[in-house]
Amino acid sequence: MAENTNKILAPGTAAPDFALHSTPDQLVSLSDFRGAPLILAFYPADWSPVCGDQMALYNEVLPEFHKFKAAIVGISVDGAWCHSAFSRDRKLHFPLLADFEPKGAVARLYGAYRDRDGVSERALFVIDPKGTISWSYLSPVGVNPGADAILTALEELAPKK
Amino acid sequence: MTPAATAKLKPPVGANDHVQGPADTPVTLVEYGDYECPYCGEAYPVVKALQERLGDQLRFAFRNFPLSQMHPHAEHAAEAAEAAGAQGKFWQMHDILYENQDALDAEDLVRYAHALRLDVPRFVKEMAAHLYAERVRDDFGSGVRSGVNGTPTFFINGVRHDGPFDLGSLLAAIEAAV
Repeated sequence: MAENTNKILAPGTAAPDFALHSTPDQLVSLSDFRGAPLILAFYPADWSPVCGDQMALYNEVLPEFHKFKAAIVGISVDGAWCHSAFSRDRKLHFPLLADFEPKGAVARLYGAYRDRDGVSERALFVIDPKGTISWSYLSPVGVNPGADAILTALEELAPKK
Repeated sequence: MTPAATAKLKPPVGANDHVQGPADTPVTLVEYGDYECPYCGEAYPVVKALQERLGDQLRFAFRNFPLSQMHPHAEHAAEAAEAAGAQGKFWQMHDILYENQDALDAEDLVRYAHALRLDVPRFVKEMAAHLYAERVRDDFGSGVRSGVNGTPTFFINGVRHDGPFDLGSLLAAIEAAV
């Protein structure tokens, strides 16, 4: 697989709005998160067969994200029913959004869609309280990028004391 | 700046760590692990084999990274190892936990405390008070900031090892690092 062929949206760009299903009957919009930092984590697919996969790791690190009053959402092309089952299985405490129809439309808006594979990249965005991308990172698709760089980005966003 | 480039151990191995092997070895291997994680269970005999093979050339440190949302016994087991550590038997408890990954209930932990001839009333009291929860949390936090992205995660001389963790792969990575 070719790596990093996409150009994801850079810091300083206004984050494109979206409205996606988090459950079969619930829609989540970017504007819902105005006023606090938001972490957008695009990932290729639910059900990766490892302990501590990317979403499970963020689930464990949630208290650290909350220290910055930041919310996190995961986004993949999986459907809302698939997300529900995955989320329940992994006991996730943050929403997974279904970029399902039209497939990958939001990932494309952020420059994070892998045409050849039909899934999103492993791409991370931190969006500031006003809706501007303050940090973005495209990970090699096979590498779980961890949470360290997200926390650094949130630190840089936090009001200086 | 990429996460991969910053995947370096913070803080380095120090006086607070549980360490096996001399301080002046050419190789320091650090594992962030979870006692209930099956992949850490697979890594356990690999680390033993590495220690056997490398002897005095290897220093090994273990830090807690319990994925407690996924593994309901992991946090408690980590605290049990620390409680045993407070009585000088961290590694003995560490081994028992990895050799009994499917028996990590509270009463199992007390049974292991008995088997290790710990001061059991003290162990029980400290476990009930979660005396070592903060220590475990600190390990977890250092792991997150070091770029730990799952369990087990190994660091060889402070640099995250991103490859497989079978004996051959770890030996090759260690040889490449020294």
